[in-house]
Amino acid sequence: MVEEIGTTDKGELIINVGPQHPATHGVLHLVITLDGETVRKVEPHLGYIHRSIEKMSESLSYRQFIYATSRMDYLSAHINNHACAMAVEKGLQLEVPERAQVIRVLMGELTRIASHVLWWGAMAMDIGAFTPFFHAFREREMINDIMEESCGARLTMNYMVPGGVMYDIHPNFHRRVKEFIAQFKRKLPEYDELVTGNTIFRARTRGVGVLSKEDAISYGCSGPTGRASGVDCDIRKVQPYGIYDRLDFRQIIGKEGDTYSRYLVRMQEMRQSLHIIEQLIDNIPEGDFQAKTKAVLKVPKGEYYSRVETARGDFGVYLVSEGGLTPYRIKYRSPGFSNLSALDHTVRGQKIGDLVAIMGSFDLVIPDIDR
Amino acid sequence: MRIKKARSSGRDIRVASMNPDKQPAKFPGLVHETPGGGILSGPLEDVVNWARSNSLWPLTFATSCCGIEMMSTAAAKYDFSRFGFEVARATPRQADVIIIAGTIVNKMAPVLKRLYDQMADPKYVIAMGACAISGGPFFYNTYSVVKGADHVIPVDVYVAGCPPRPEALLHALITLQEKIKSGGKRERIDIDGKNI
Repeated sequence: MVEEIGTTDKGELIINVGPQHPATHGVLHLVITLDGETVRKVEPHLGYIHRSIEKMSESLSYRQFIYATSRMDYLSAHINNHACAMAVEKGLQLEVPERAQVIRVLMGELTRIASHVLWWGAMAMDIGAFTPFFHAFREREMINDIMEESCGARLTMNYMVPGGVMYDIHPNFHRRVKEFIAQFKRKLPEYDELVTGNTIFRARTRGVGVLSKEDAISYGCSGPTGRASGVDCDIRKVQPYGIYDRLDFRQIIGKEGDTYSRYLVRMQEMRQSLHIIEQLIDNIPEGDFQAKTKAVLKVPKGEYYSRVETARGDFGVYLVSEGGLTPYRIKYRSPGFSNLSALDHTVRGQKIGDLVAIMGSFDLVIPDIDR
Repeated sequence: MRIKKARSSGRDIRVASMNPDKQPAKFPGLVHETPGGGILSGPLEDVVNWARSNSLWPLTFATSCCGIEMMSTAAAKYDFSRFGFEVARATPRQADVIIIAGTIVNKMAPVLKRLYDQMADPKYVIAMGACAISGGPFFYNTYSVVKGADHVIPVDVYVAGCPPRPEALLHALITLQEKIKSGGKRERIDIDGKNI
């Protein structure tokens, strides 16, 4: 642990936040230089949850390495798995059946809602409102139940395999998702009533932590963080994968780039995800849920890259194969890492109380950053 | 080096937690009826343990995925405040039980040790999930993962799962309560006559 508490030559105070701190949403360690209450510099220290997933993947087979990614960005487990499965499919030149494609997108969008809902509760909690957390988990538990029935797990689903999905969806899936849509549609205005229109919330977030479009691009921000600054970076639109090019949905782009704008982008994204689910739930085609694959996969020699839009942004998988049973090298491009790099720039000159609000709006998942 | 297990001071906790006809825990001691009320007599330690077990404050310590399931356990559907775990504290100085929710890596291990040291006695530890038990999915071929949190601090209750369901965590919390109620203490190990 770095001990850097003290003062600088200019009389600025240096304090540690984390690794054990409720506002860092995990084990992030920030060394903050303060001038009174104003933040002068923020230095993130990483590695408190570095689990060497990339190195570990080199000794796992092409079916196995996918499962470690569920533990990286565990709030977007399905979408991470999807990216890895796509990279292997590119190598094997597998054609994924239509039914599997639809199930993948359905699960991905449900995951996105679950992630954004959790973020909404946590963000409100960061700012001082405790009740939204319980509202958020009420809806999240419904999604968890749907996941559990079809995938066998609530959080780390490991449902995507190269060539499709592991099992067919549960007979209850259709009914449960319909129930969820009805419930969520009824509750979303309540969310707005509770937090979006709240005067205190607006005062805490409007004009706080502005990230300009140019800075967002230069720091490589993606996902809702980048889009709130006006960057059109939704991979589902700019480089469609799966069946996203055939779906009707909008890319939400904000203008101001402040904390409130990042909040609004996520709130709108939940509505768009709901819209996608509504389009697909009655139109799941019949057929195979998995392409025929060999028991042991051998990806031909080469380099393959796939990218998806997780709840946090642009997630990329770079796969190098030497033709063996295991990948030669795996590199993940995680959205949280790039978004975190913009934190220092965004927070400088803001008050320390706003640091928590800004960090909350970045929606960081630390294991995704450290891997 | 002579290693000897110290005698546990309480009753055998295994009997208490494995008894199939287990009754819900009552207030310890006997009530002697007297005109206008009653006198409760019982060992003070039992009363203290009873009180202690019903108000355990967990530390909000989460390193990874299990933290989300811990949040689920705290939220409306599972609601661990029903069992006295309501007040989750962010500082170890006010916490009684540390739920190790997630992987402990080499860089985090000294921090975990320090958090544990900062907690006031009596303190309890629950290892939640495969990573905290043994390194779990990160056991093989990793260079940075501690293969089980019990390499760093002593653990009272282990919960299996990756991540465990909220019900499993609730069961672990109730098991810990039983352990405390029955006077079970963590076994101290004597090495060359010195307690550690």
